[in-house]
Amino acid sequence: MSSIPIECYLILSAFMFCVGVAGVLIRRNAIIVFMCIELMLNSANLTLVTFSSYLGNSIGQVFVFFVMTVAAAEAAVGLAIIIAIFRNKKTVNIDEINIFKW
Amino acid sequence: MNIQLILFIVLASVAATSSVVMVTRKNPVICAVFLVLNFFALAGLYLLLNAQFIAVVQVIVYAGAIMVLFLFVLMLLNTETEHKLFADKRAIKFFAILISAFVFVQVAYLIFHGSPFRALTPDEAASVKAGTIQAIGQQLYTNYIIPFEVAGFLLLAATIGALVLAKKKFE
Repeated sequence: MSSIPIECYLILSAFMFCVGVAGVLIRRNAIIVFMCIELMLNSANLTLVTFSSYLGNSIGQVFVFFVMTVAAAEAAVGLAIIIAIFRNKKTVNIDEINIFKW
Repeated sequence: MNIQLILFIVLASVAATSSVVMVTRKNPVICAVFLVLNFFALAGLYLLLNAQFIAVVQVIVYAGAIMVLFLFVLMLLNTETEHKLFADKRAIKFFAILISAFVFVQVAYLIFHGSPFRALTPDEAASVKAGTIQAIGQQLYTNYIIPFEVAGFLLLAATIGALVLAKKKFE
């Protein structure tokens, strides 16, 4: 661990986060947009674990634990919403789901 | 070159490549499989950072539970595959990639310039101690007991909410 500079982890995390941002912006399938959000949450987790490990303080990992809890809850509810939308509209393409637009 | 550096390079390149592949493939199932690969690479990186508990939880919760949920929904919905990534709305998508590249450049600049953590001297023994399930559990059940209970309640609410949402037919 000590032989790897902390910047390597942070750059990797930033890269994954930006790939996730690009995915949310360019993909049209709601499920894949969801996966990109998971990717962004994971990159944030990587940053938290990196600092926690380099500082020798376990509170960062406690926060990762909470982030994982929230991600699991979010995935369950979000996928249920996607299923409900698919029942009504027969599509998960977010360009065609515009019932709030007027 | 020591073994840690080699492992880091391998795992980091797997994580970065699989995230890019996941965003660019058009078949959702392939996207999900590459996301699982990304999660496994991250679990390896956590092990490299001496965070054993988080690495195990990452594999069980993310690569296990959450991705199974995603694959089940993909199987249930039988979604049509998107057409090619840059087939339509080329300008908007190009602009979106430009925005995320700009964000990356900004964050990278902040990481390499003007931040106090470069002076950080990592302590191997302290980091091993911080990653054990004992240290994390001690924090969870003393200082973070209320957030822990709230997280449990959140999971209960999410379970009930998911059931209600997926069951009911909206009129």
